[in-house]
Amino acid sequence: MPQEAAGDCGGMRMIDTSKFKPNTVYVTYIAATPEKVWQALTDPAFTRQYFAGFEIDVEPRQGGGFRLRYPDGRVHMSGRVVEWSPPRRFSCTWLVEGMPDFRELPECLVTYDIEPAGGAVKLTMTEAHSWNVPDDILAGGRAGWPAILSSLKSVLETGRPLDIKMEPPKDMMAAVKRAVVDKPWEKQAW
Amino acid sequence: MSKPKFVYVVYIQATPEKVWQALIDPEMTKDYWGRHRNTSDWKPGSAWRHENYDEPDDVAIVGTVVESNRPHRLVLTWKRPEGNDVSRVTFDVEAYKDSVRLTVTHEELTAEMLQAISAGWPAVLSSLKTMLETGASMPMTRQPWHVRAAVRN
Repeated sequence: MPQEAAGDCGGMRMIDTSKFKPNTVYVTYIAATPEKVWQALTDPAFTRQYFAGFEIDVEPRQGGGFRLRYPDGRVHMSGRVVEWSPPRRFSCTWLVEGMPDFRELPECLVTYDIEPAGGAVKLTMTEAHSWNVPDDILAGGRAGWPAILSSLKSVLETGRPLDIKMEPPKDMMAAVKRAVVDKPWEKQAW
Repeated sequence: MSKPKFVYVVYIQATPEKVWQALIDPEMTKDYWGRHRNTSDWKPGSAWRHENYDEPDDVAIVGTVVESNRPHRLVLTWKRPEGNDVSRVTFDVEAYKDSVRLTVTHEELTAEMLQAISAGWPAVLSSLKTMLETGASMPMTRQPWHVRAAVRN
């Protein structure tokens, strides 16, 4: 994880990335160039194909705004760019703005690392958190990332995304509601 | 404390039967699994081996078929021929919309084996997906691992 702070986040508080611990890591190898993988991660024409229809809207600089929008323009996910280093690393804070309860949770940190590997590309997604997240909440990302990144790989290699629209895992909603009431992150110190 | 477990999920545009076949067909494994092949009659209780495609005496992994429910579930024990530590691998192959969800669960691992397979499974399974979807595997998985390591160094 990067240890440096994100600097001035346009009025938002500073992000101390050293407080975020990786909880979910997914690695996939893609037959493409680093530049193509970077484009797939940051270009709405690509994300709408593989990321459950969401279009990315990102200011291409550290501290810039980041959104994932529904096709009708509403915001699903919002955050700030923590690192913008094409075509090697793209890191953002994520807050689920478009869903009740979820938006009360602390933001998480999602980092994509892109490395050349044996004529292909190794893409590593790391989802990190600043608090001790219950497994029932982590289950959302652990179910979602393999589907999303499998579809990204298919789009780049075959031009054809997967049909992977899925619902949150069954115990996730209840766990989020509990966390919003208990606010464990206010009592925990890493 | 329980021993470490590794889980990897990948979605593949294929049928469960195609994915199952890819796990056991030497002509397919040699291209995405580091020029190795898996040999067995795949009946519960039978032995299986993961061996070099070109030099079958060069055996990397041995074990027993615990469960074999074609094309949905294959459970194997997994150990180095010279070792004593036995881990267990489960392949779950499920139809999911127009694709397959392949879940590989590798349990009862030692720290050393966890490190080895954590690097191996994502590469092998990424290449399996590429092969089934495009017709050609990723070149990096068509040669044995020790050759790859030597090339890299």
